[in-house]
Amino acid sequence: MSHPDFLWRNPDPRPAYDVVIVGGGGHGLATAYYLAKNHGITNVAVLERGWLAGGNMARNTTIIRSNYLWDESAAIYEHSLKLWEGLSEELDYDLQFSQRGVLNLAHNLSDVREGRRRVNANQLNGVDAEWLDPDEVKKFCPILNVSDRARYPVMGATLQRRAGIAKHDHVAWALARAADAYGVDLIQGCEVTGFEITGGRVTAVETSRGRIAAGKVALAAAGHTSVLAERAGIRLPLQSHPLQALVSELLEPVLDCVVMSNAVHVYVSQAHKGELVMGAGIDAYNSYGQRGGVHVIEAQMAAALELFPIFSRVRVLRTWAGIVDVSPDASPVIGPTPVEGLYVNAGWGTGGFKATPGSGWVYADTLAHDRPHPLAEPFGLERFTTGALIDEHGAAAVAH
Amino acid sequence: MLLIECPHCGPRDENEFHYGGQAGIAYPTGEVTDAEWAAYVFLRDNPKGWFRERWFHVHGCRTWFAAERHTVTHEIRTLP
Repeated sequence: MSHPDFLWRNPDPRPAYDVVIVGGGGHGLATAYYLAKNHGITNVAVLERGWLAGGNMARNTTIIRSNYLWDESAAIYEHSLKLWEGLSEELDYDLQFSQRGVLNLAHNLSDVREGRRRVNANQLNGVDAEWLDPDEVKKFCPILNVSDRARYPVMGATLQRRAGIAKHDHVAWALARAADAYGVDLIQGCEVTGFEITGGRVTAVETSRGRIAAGKVALAAAGHTSVLAERAGIRLPLQSHPLQALVSELLEPVLDCVVMSNAVHVYVSQAHKGELVMGAGIDAYNSYGQRGGVHVIEAQMAAALELFPIFSRVRVLRTWAGIVDVSPDASPVIGPTPVEGLYVNAGWGTGGFKATPGSGWVYADTLAHDRPHPLAEPFGLERFTTGALIDEHGAAAVAH
Repeated sequence: MLLIECPHCGPRDENEFHYGGQAGIAYPTGEVTDAEWAAYVFLRDNPKGWFRERWFHVHGCRTWFAAERHTVTHEIRTLP
């Protein structure tokens, strides 16, 4: 038996690059890919402490949607969704992107008002959105308990039909292969331990594999962004939390859409392979431990069983946690930092996967032109001083 | 589930507590710039290691207290 061809080289770091991206997850790989494809910048390294896409890219629940409330968010997430719609073809790799529809359930009058408002806001922003009453919800997802006697009565739901899921590993592999083909060096097992800053400008990164000079340095390290930023002397408005998820044993097809409930912190879909993929809410405390409390999973499962009584005998195969970087307004932070040449793309919190191509697109453009991409401009660090927050706790909250 | 030492009730389960984030954040006094105010409202330490934080025994004695917890091992040591 022979090993199948590797999808990318595994190069040693060179002494210098035009752009060094710190973090080889989805966002870092997408940034490298679009730097090369859209801007012709290929003297680029992606430095990954562990192995490619082994952090949150391997731990998320793969939900993709763009039904956010505010104009700024709708614009960037919808841009991302549009990229998803052409990405399998563009990367010549089946990403198993399945636009099966995402329901966001409303369990009380306040949820109903918020949901209907969001549908209206989405429609005004050209994002497909519908409001379903309980009967329509039942029709769309027959195994959902919409009875009056339910512990969490379903009083309606928003539906984005273009939303869905994708296969996270395929996304990472396809982006890595494409970036590598453009000549980008994807360097694994290479931890950034410090930054060389001269006259307020970053000139190099210190790594576990030696010094690497860099014209620009782009952080794309999700939950560990604060740790890196601190090494560059920067404080960011981010807090890192564990976010847990689980999969069941493999089942016959039973659920052909994505169901989310912010109120009870449940989101569930069935992966192509057959396992139910469920996510919980974040654990309350700050942590880098990549594990959370069992009681969080227990509460989430209890709610899931109320919504889906048919799952009562399903067995859990495994649970895990990723470390998510949560910002004060549940929106990302994208753009320059107080250190010249050092850029940040973080704060995607519990919902970064859906933004993978959109985030990479605007970050690459920001790096290439030394100014925020128009879609990234509202997401700069300065918004926490000016007060121009983009409060997506309603659309993002914990449930992604 | 963490076992958290309440100074009044002793060791209790984590789900009796509400998390309060970083301890020792003082309300700014005097003339405060926008940047200083933003830092007070939004900037908190986010260390990988020991972290001094607030806990509220909401389902117990309702005492607020500070503890130190390691953000990787989750080991807790209560502060005086």
